[in-house]
Amino acid sequence: MAHLELDRVSAQYPGASVPVLQDISLHLGPGQLTVALGPSGSGKTSLLNLIAGFVPPTAGSIRLDGEPVQGPGADRGVVFQDDVLLPWQNVLQNVAFGLALAGAGRPMREARAEELLGLVGLARFGERRVWELSGGQKQRVGLARALAADPRVLLMDEPFGALDAFTREQMQELLLNVWRRTAKPVFLITHDIEEAVFLATELILLAPNPGRIVERLSLDFGRRYADGEPARAIKSDPRFIETREHVLSRVFSQRSVTQEAI
Amino acid sequence: MSSVDLALQPTASAATSKGWRLGTRTISVLTGASLLLAWWASTHFGLIDPLFLPAPASVAQKGWLLATTGYMDSTLWQHLGASLQRIGIALGLAIVTAIPVGIAIGRNRVARGILDPLIEFYRPIPPLAYLPLIVIWCGIGEFSKVLLIYLAIFAPIAIATATGVRTADPARLRAAQSLGATRAQLVRHVILPSALPDILTGVRIGLGVGWSTLVAAELIAATSGLGFMVQSAAQFLVTDVVVLGILIIAVVAFALELGLRALQRRLVPWHGQSH
Repeated sequence: MAHLELDRVSAQYPGASVPVLQDISLHLGPGQLTVALGPSGSGKTSLLNLIAGFVPPTAGSIRLDGEPVQGPGADRGVVFQDDVLLPWQNVLQNVAFGLALAGAGRPMREARAEELLGLVGLARFGERRVWELSGGQKQRVGLARALAADPRVLLMDEPFGALDAFTREQMQELLLNVWRRTAKPVFLITHDIEEAVFLATELILLAPNPGRIVERLSLDFGRRYADGEPARAIKSDPRFIETREHVLSRVFSQRSVTQEAI
Repeated sequence: MSSVDLALQPTASAATSKGWRLGTRTISVLTGASLLLAWWASTHFGLIDPLFLPAPASVAQKGWLLATTGYMDSTLWQHLGASLQRIGIALGLAIVTAIPVGIAIGRNRVARGILDPLIEFYRPIPPLAYLPLIVIWCGIGEFSKVLLIYLAIFAPIAIATATGVRTADPARLRAAQSLGATRAQLVRHVILPSALPDILTGVRIGLGVGWSTLVAAELIAATSGLGFMVQSAAQFLVTDVVVLGILIIAVVAFALELGLRALQRRLVPWHGQSH
């Protein structure tokens, strides 16, 4: 089972006076769904890009099962905010793309892609062209594509940010079900407070200038949903509302601090 | 070729037209018919000497004669074949070389530093300006004509490919990298398909330039081809062959353009789709 360890990681863009992230230590383990929440400028996306290997850290280390992370790789699957499917391939080919890159034979990769399309609720969509899909369907294909390569951890960059509220709730529930079945560590970033509280088993709050972790919470609402409790019952639970308000107040206090700084 | 642009959307124009408004396509057809009628009338009533403008019927008749018995030792098909063969070979060579060069310019800093200024330097020079130099170096055989057209087609394809490669969506590249794509796989599976719409546009532009260059080159130095046919007919004031040659040159250019548009729709059906 996979473990991803960030040890005092900092990142600074060339020419910037303040690091975009400073001294971030984080552990992603099996069965965990870690959500990073923060206002824009708090380095959420930079944090994901560091873990994905798109940008190198300026200090500290990132290790996946003890091995240092160097550059992007198939062991860390990424689901992006915007759909970045390949329009010259159909849905099935998109899902099977990672397996094709790894040299898997056609029958094997198509069977696996079919299986994953079924998992995200898009069985029999394999022959569709990607531009025929709705926003929610594209994100499902993106999730299936990331899972098809069988990554050790799954990274999600505001995956539901561009969806309407109804579709977003459906996708959150889908994600929890998929997460429960695969047991892979998931790292998700969002600026939606309710989404963060609902999904997270570990919630980290980020604040900007420099980007840093200001609070860590261990939650169980997502796990309760995955165990079968209805989403509406969880979201109307006083503990859920209390947590959400607490997080909201933390984010707001951070915001007023930044505004004073400006 | 705006008539083609408009003709591609007959339903759109038909949907907006109401009452007495004519469809754009109908207007284009009417324009062509009126011109033909004016041509016929001006020659039929003797307004213009046939030496300057022969009647449509005599041009058509000459066309039949050319197609069956020929002109200047070759039939029309042989002239047409000679021209098409030259542009075909030049286009094939240009595609095979310009696309890798364009990818190198788009992907590699050193390649860009070396090749980009060279291409940008020779591209704006009208090919006929360096034709004399090519003739001095390579003679007046087939090779120098193919080389000239090749050079004319090469630049637009290389530049369009480089643009397409450079503008490939970085998020798409990251997605492929996080699925384990190597550098070569990125080029093959993401960058090249991303650049394909631009490459095809480059081919379209290149073919347009190449065709006009070819015909002009044949006017100057050739013993076969459509340009040669027109030029030699002009020297003997055989105006109907001149007019016929010009019409065929136009029709071929039009057909090449339409063919490439069809190819573009077939190869890049996602282009212009919101995705």
